[in-house]
Amino acid sequence: MTILETRNLIKRFGGVHAVDHLSIEVEKGRINGIIGPNGSGKTTLINLLSGMLAMDGGEIIIDDVQKFTQMFPHQVFFYGIARTFQNVRLFEQMTVLDNILVILTKRNVFSSLFEKHTEYHLKKAEEVLQRVDLWKKKNQLAINLSYGQRKLLEIARALVTDAEIYLLDESFTGLFPEMRKIVSNIICELKQENKTVILIEHDMGLIRELCDYIFVMNEGKLLVEGKPNYVLEGKEVIEAYLGK
Amino acid sequence: MEYLIHLGILFTIYAILGISLNLVIGYTGLLSLTHAAFYGIGAYTTAILLTQTGIGFFLSVILGIIFVGIVSFLIGIVLSRFSDDYYALGSLGLNMIIFSIFLNWQSLTKGPLGILGISRPELFGINFSSNFMFLILTLLFLILTYLVARFIVNSSFGRVLKTIREDEKAIQVFGYKTFYFKLAIFVISAAMAAVAGSLFASYITFIDPSSFALMESIFIVAIIILGGLADLRGSILGALFLILLPEVLRFVGFPSEIAAQMRQVVYGVILILLMLYRPQGLIGEYKL
Repeated sequence: MTILETRNLIKRFGGVHAVDHLSIEVEKGRINGIIGPNGSGKTTLINLLSGMLAMDGGEIIIDDVQKFTQMFPHQVFFYGIARTFQNVRLFEQMTVLDNILVILTKRNVFSSLFEKHTEYHLKKAEEVLQRVDLWKKKNQLAINLSYGQRKLLEIARALVTDAEIYLLDESFTGLFPEMRKIVSNIICELKQENKTVILIEHDMGLIRELCDYIFVMNEGKLLVEGKPNYVLEGKEVIEAYLGK
Repeated sequence: MEYLIHLGILFTIYAILGISLNLVIGYTGLLSLTHAAFYGIGAYTTAILLTQTGIGFFLSVILGIIFVGIVSFLIGIVLSRFSDDYYALGSLGLNMIIFSIFLNWQSLTKGPLGILGISRPELFGINFSSNFMFLILTLLFLILTYLVARFIVNSSFGRVLKTIREDEKAIQVFGYKTFYFKLAIFVISAAMAAVAGSLFASYITFIDPSSFALMESIFIVAIIILGGLADLRGSILGALFLILLPEVLRFVGFPSEIAAQMRQVVYGVILILLMLYRPQGLIGEYKL
């Protein structure tokens, strides 16, 4: 079943076509890798899928039903999409715990004004912070965490939404082996829970190990797609990375 | 003693202004330079109602809050679409527009001549016409403002405000329409400033537009930066410091012919040193 689809998606920056008539279909419950050389449009695609950038053309379809020719950032949460960022974007001068609690609370102005966090919120936050081994640091400011811990906190923040689709933008970059193991395990657990993951990654070993399906982008276009073994040995992919 | 009471009243009024503006600048990260305008609208509402109608002070405070709430809501609809420098510039422009209205709508505000003869409050037979009683009244309003502000910043709503300050786009991705949060805190903060304005008008018994110019907004910003952004106690401390410091400098003993200028120089140097060595303010943790 297709959970997310783009049809002729376009994003231009001046004269540059960052995403150029891109049409892909993402199956539910799969771990999908997006690979491609730098500047191929991977992060732009994630930004379009999460409403962080406005589309210049085409459409995004969620769950085969919801069609968007324009998406706003605040909408994507309600369609079960959560994301991380290539450059970590935490709420830096707030504690680790507050970075999680804020995601668990009410979205309405008046409801949130009269809401205090409850045992349920704390339990949920503890559960997700234990998963990324950050519960011990719950009272530290996010700005004081190491780079790897900051990446893990971002993943925890996405996890706590209990989304259906996770957009992970280079979540392994700069992590120590132990931390990479934590992230790998989380991605595998998400697959077991029948969640969908879209993973941008440059480490081909990880892509081969984790992904069920791969989309290769080059110059904003879809170059090739398919199972890892088929795609990673393809001539076009090797040429896109290494040149002819 | 009267002199100390006078300073105490000014301190409480500016502490209310500091606490209210800290909600917008310190907690939400929106550099608003419109605060003096809402302070002024509150003051003018009370002044006009007390001098031209028979209603009492406390009802005029409530009407001032409602009126400022409406005005700030309309202004906030425009401002909340902006962030960062654009927000600051937009708010600066709006402060100047409202100041011009105070100055030029002479049939209502009496322009630069100002409004005279504003009465002191009375409630259930308690008369607040003495400065000491007025100090008690302003202290009560300060405590009330502090408690309301503390309730706000400790709620989930307050936590969302901080995320807007940290990274507005990032929190939007998690389903928050930040526009409404920015608008709500702007209106709440303006309503608190209106209370300070009403107290000021009734205390001084005379107001003119010069009390609500852009410099006044900048002075309130200085209070919260000095005391500590995103720290309510910091706003109180900042107000105490900035109200008392010029008075303390009166007793330093500069030669009389240059005393006024020297006080300004020393005042400026102290502020610069504080910002150099304590950029997060006297007791704050958050840095701009």
